[in-house]
Amino acid sequence: MSAEANFTRPARLAAIAPYLWMALFFLVPFLFVLKISLSQTAIAQPPYTPVFDPGAGWEAIKAAFAAFSIDNFKLLVSDDLYVLSYLRSLVVAAISTAILLLIGYPIAYGMARLPQRWQGIAMMLVIVPFWTSFLIRIYAWINILQHDGLLNQVLLALHVVSSPVVWLSTDSAMYLGIVYSYLPFMILPLYATLSKMDPALLEAAGDLGASPRQAFWRVTFPLSLPGVGAGALLCFIPIVGEFVIPDLLAGSDALMIGQTLWLEFFTNKDWPVASAVAVILLILLLAPLLLYDRLQRRQLEQT
Amino acid sequence: MTEEPANPAHVADSKADVRAAPLLRIDAVVKKFGQFRAVDALSLDIAAGEFFALLGPSGCGKTTLLRMLAGFETPDEGRILLDGKDIAQIPPHQRPVNMMFQSYALFPHLSVRDNIAFGLRRAQMPAAEIGKRVAEMVALVKLEGMEKRKPDQLSGGQRQRVALARSLARRPRLLLLDEPLAALDKKLRESTQHELMELQRKLGLTFIIVTHDQAEAMTMAGRIGVMDAGRLEQVATPRVLYEAPRSRWIAEFVGDINLIEGKLDAARDAQLTMARRLAIATAQAGTIYVAEPQPPPTKANVCVAIRPEKVKLSRRAPTSDDARAINRFEGVVTDVSYLGGSTFYKVRLDTGAVLRSAMANTTRLDFDAYSPGQRVAAWFSPEDCVVLDQ
Repeated sequence: MSAEANFTRPARLAAIAPYLWMALFFLVPFLFVLKISLSQTAIAQPPYTPVFDPGAGWEAIKAAFAAFSIDNFKLLVSDDLYVLSYLRSLVVAAISTAILLLIGYPIAYGMARLPQRWQGIAMMLVIVPFWTSFLIRIYAWINILQHDGLLNQVLLALHVVSSPVVWLSTDSAMYLGIVYSYLPFMILPLYATLSKMDPALLEAAGDLGASPRQAFWRVTFPLSLPGVGAGALLCFIPIVGEFVIPDLLAGSDALMIGQTLWLEFFTNKDWPVASAVAVILLILLLAPLLLYDRLQRRQLEQT
Repeated sequence: MTEEPANPAHVADSKADVRAAPLLRIDAVVKKFGQFRAVDALSLDIAAGEFFALLGPSGCGKTTLLRMLAGFETPDEGRILLDGKDIAQIPPHQRPVNMMFQSYALFPHLSVRDNIAFGLRRAQMPAAEIGKRVAEMVALVKLEGMEKRKPDQLSGGQRQRVALARSLARRPRLLLLDEPLAALDKKLRESTQHELMELQRKLGLTFIIVTHDQAEAMTMAGRIGVMDAGRLEQVATPRVLYEAPRSRWIAEFVGDINLIEGKLDAARDAQLTMARRLAIATAQAGTIYVAEPQPPPTKANVCVAIRPEKVKLSRRAPTSDDARAINRFEGVVTDVSYLGGSTFYKVRLDTGAVLRSAMANTTRLDFDAYSPGQRVAAWFSPEDCVVLDQ
């Protein structure tokens, strides 16, 4: 008897469901995007050629396939605008992830060492910002950071500065917004690994002559690496494609790839190039996504 | 409490005189958790080279005491002197003491070798020497060939050995073992007990083991401290603990025992086989004669304690001139539990008391066995009785 035969029909359906879901909501749309990225822009409806017309017959479809070209991808590689956008996205995501780690790790560590009954409350405090719309929170930051905003008023009143400082439309404001928005995504996986750790391990380290600092670097930190990896990727991946925060808080002299994509699509109405941008972005993120998947799998195997 | 006074019963045992310069002196140590006194003004001396067991029911404070020795808890009062130096306030990583944890607490991200080397690296030992010491430890606990494995690739028994090797690697003055064998199955536990004893003798180290398993404590330890409610009830060799318990609580906690309450009856004290025997009048077993204890009982209301294996059974009562059988009773067997090496009987005496008797099964044949409902004589010697305060 084969192994599959042991499963009942509903169980087999349940096993297939995630793949069906992925095919329907990821693979099919991605194929659309891929198809458009290989097309040419046109002043038409839809704004690109070729267009598949199932009614036109086999020859027409073959002709449409023949019309595909990788010109858009060549453009992306040759034009600085796109290369710099990709680079900026990766750099911003890397710096933001580093800052998030530096801030998130101590918070998660502190949470994990709180008495049990306080841990739930701390967790609530981390999650509470999600109860307000993300956009409203970013607009609140605009309010705080603008020329006559709360921050400048406080600084002026305290005589820290003599004239208002430009906060808005700077990289600092963008990093602030990103770190603020993504902090929970860094804290939660870190907290999950740190709170699972057996406190006897730290006692054992101390017993064997490790100072509290050595115990942290030799035991706690290496054991929390799965959490560090999960948190870092959970932040890095979406930050690379981030659009709203840089658009609202950063200046307009350097663009992240999300902004470039938006411009191509909505301002230039160049769907094929916008699609090519998206395809390349996905390929760039494939490596960290696979890494994240592997980490998750290893975590599952351990528990 | 301090060291046991001169052995009250005539029990031959002469292990370790600790009064001469102890390695470890615990001096009136108190540890409070809120209002709860987990360890209550406890004093204890332990000599170098001893294998000492802390035995007690859960929650008696034995683990708290051990954790204070390791440095994970700080005493609220009192001193802990190691080699004459007070270490009560010294953090764990600066103490020449190592602990083997009940959960083993092996570092899951490190190999067997790196686990064992962890403490040596912290001590700044040169790499070549670390390699030598690790190899020595691996050989000591018979884990050759496992050096590169991670803890999750080892069996429970192998993990226990790694934990032991890791805690021994730094050659601690004092090794603390917190229920080290609790996670092993019975067979492995017994063989490991003997390996631990052999190791302790071979290395000449001082071991303090915390356990709730009295057979384990008795097997391994030279001396046992029995704790209850944060205090040491008795500190003695296994034999003294079993044969001369200090209190009714100890008598009932350690092993199995028959207790018969009664009153001293000085008028009927007797001179038997050239020794004075105290008479104790009991409601349930008439007059029981016991060897005069040293020191003599202070209260009139006492308890006669007799271990089951010292209660003999026979089909016919021994002759009346047998002084060892002066305490003799008639009764009916009510319960028989065959345990292999011995058989446990419950005998209801005609006078009302229920006595338990353990008879060694010295032959394969069953002509010595008794069955429920059978009438028997139960008897025991005055020397085998212990007199305790009620």
